[in-house]
Amino acid sequence: MVGRSLREIVWARLRRDRVALICFAILVVMYLLAIVGPYLLNALGYDPYTFDRAAISNSGGQPVLPNGGIEFPKHPLGVEWGTGRDIMAQLLSGLRISLIVSTSATILTVLIGTVVGIVAGYAGGWTDQILGRLMDLVLAFPFLLIVLALSGVMTDRLTAMGVPEGNTSRVLYLILVMSLFGWPYLARIVRGQVLSLREREFVEAAVAMGAGTPRILFGEMLPNLWAPILVYTTLTLPSYIGLEAALSFLGVGVLPPDTTFGAMLANSVSYFQVVPLYLFIPGGMLVLLVVSFNLLGDSLRDALDPKAIH
Amino acid sequence: MVGLLFLLSLAVFFLFNLLPFDPARLTCGKVCTPQLLEQNRHRLGLDLPPWDQYLAFVRGIFFGRIYAPDQPFPIVCHAPCLGYSFLRHAEVTTLIARALPVTLWLTLGGFIVWITFGVVGGIVAALRRGRWQDRVLMTVALFGYSMPSFFIGLLLIFFVILQLQWLPFPSASAVQAGPFANPVKFFQTMILPWLVIAILNAAFYVRLTRNQVLETFGEDYVRTARAKGLPERTVVVKHALRAGLTPIVTAAGLDIAYLMGGAIITESIFSLPGMGSLSVNAVTNYDLPLITGVVLVAGIFIIAMNLIVDLLYGFLDPRVRIG
Repeated sequence: MVGRSLREIVWARLRRDRVALICFAILVVMYLLAIVGPYLLNALGYDPYTFDRAAISNSGGQPVLPNGGIEFPKHPLGVEWGTGRDIMAQLLSGLRISLIVSTSATILTVLIGTVVGIVAGYAGGWTDQILGRLMDLVLAFPFLLIVLALSGVMTDRLTAMGVPEGNTSRVLYLILVMSLFGWPYLARIVRGQVLSLREREFVEAAVAMGAGTPRILFGEMLPNLWAPILVYTTLTLPSYIGLEAALSFLGVGVLPPDTTFGAMLANSVSYFQVVPLYLFIPGGMLVLLVVSFNLLGDSLRDALDPKAIH
Repeated sequence: MVGLLFLLSLAVFFLFNLLPFDPARLTCGKVCTPQLLEQNRHRLGLDLPPWDQYLAFVRGIFFGRIYAPDQPFPIVCHAPCLGYSFLRHAEVTTLIARALPVTLWLTLGGFIVWITFGVVGGIVAALRRGRWQDRVLMTVALFGYSMPSFFIGLLLIFFVILQLQWLPFPSASAVQAGPFANPVKFFQTMILPWLVIAILNAAFYVRLTRNQVLETFGEDYVRTARAKGLPERTVVVKHALRAGLTPIVTAAGLDIAYLMGGAIITESIFSLPGMGSLSVNAVTNYDLPLITGVVLVAGIFIIAMNLIVDLLYGFLDPRVRIG
């Protein structure tokens, strides 16, 4: 029997998992849409910022055509109430912002969490004590409340530090605050793993052969940590997508003329009795995105589980 | 515990009070001369060095506080004084005390629904592992926790209130009056918010309970219990579930603590005047003393709940009982 590495086993398991493959495909399409979608639409003549006065009524601003002004090929998903901006173009630019915020925030969270976790677990002693206290403190902050509470002032501060005003600093704020208050969860997991890895023979061997601390931490330990880190990443990303949407819904995300799923849903509140599609289009997109990530994360977790029977 | 509380108060205070904007200017009114601004700053105690401001804040929590006692109309803030909202002309403690019962009812009702559905669903899924009951429950659970809470809330409003008209629009005053003043109205308003909280959380607890029960099913003592000939019900509830309860209690404790600090989104969708709405209001109005107070109280809930959970471990799991 040929020995297989964990990576090979995981790949083999994932390839057999139809749900995982479908979700992966959906997510690849989503990322592609977020990257090239807006350019493509621009080339085809759709634009999220252009007002279309012809598509909305002069009195009241409601879309002229039924179902939110759906009209092929001009406005395939309808137009926004009051402005006549194209919903499909808005949806894609919202997808882009949502993925930029959640992906960058996740990368930063995982980076901070991993480094702090490894250092705390390996150094032990008072370094571990101090970092542990810091994690307790950060975890004692009510997450959503703090993101909300700091939004105004921190955005101003970022602007004062030279970040372009408006949505650039707002997006940067979201990324920073999510990662600065989100890392302790992963740091705790990694720390626990490192504590047990530290006693293993291969680390002992590395120490005996005179390897330096950075080499032990990142050369020997990190490769053994990637399973929990990967699982945690797939859990964090969808939760950040939801968080960004919630913040935009509450009005602390990006500002008009840019828009995201959360902001579109917040707008829909005034109109969805008349045009239910305003609720279902961005909401459906959001749920599809989060469900795909969660299903893929589940499959990945199962595939990485050495105890699982396949 | 006390150390953490101290650190929290320090962090919250300096996070919000040393930021580059000026509460004195915000409450100064339309015609703001430099003298008025200076006077205002003195009234709010902002002319003191930061460290003294923090000490005054902490002293206020224990002994109460009087703002600008040398001025003609000093503002008195009574003993647990978390600050004074100059925008609303009210003590922060009073505002929180008014909002807290609403959040408490919301959390309590939501908790009862979600823990019932979560634990029962989880046990059923574990017992019927691999069969259709399990699949259906796990699919529903996955969608449940993948749905952003505000989207669930909007969907419920759309279908239950607008389309089917099974319930009237939520009434903030009925909630504020509590369940005993007008029970029918209270429940009509609270059912949907409870459901939102329950759907969101139950989904997670179904998965958690299922995993815990499945894990303990493999343990020797469960086999022993079965071998003794105990009825299956006793085996599941008394042996399998009991041992797997610890992580469920941990998670529930933290979730309750977070909700008590304000179910921000649920409250804002159904316009319930609880802690969440209070904090959103404070944030949009730049009401610094109120923000500081709300965040601090929410943080205290989290720290206190962690302690309670730690104490509960001893009752639940004989292995961690100390002495």
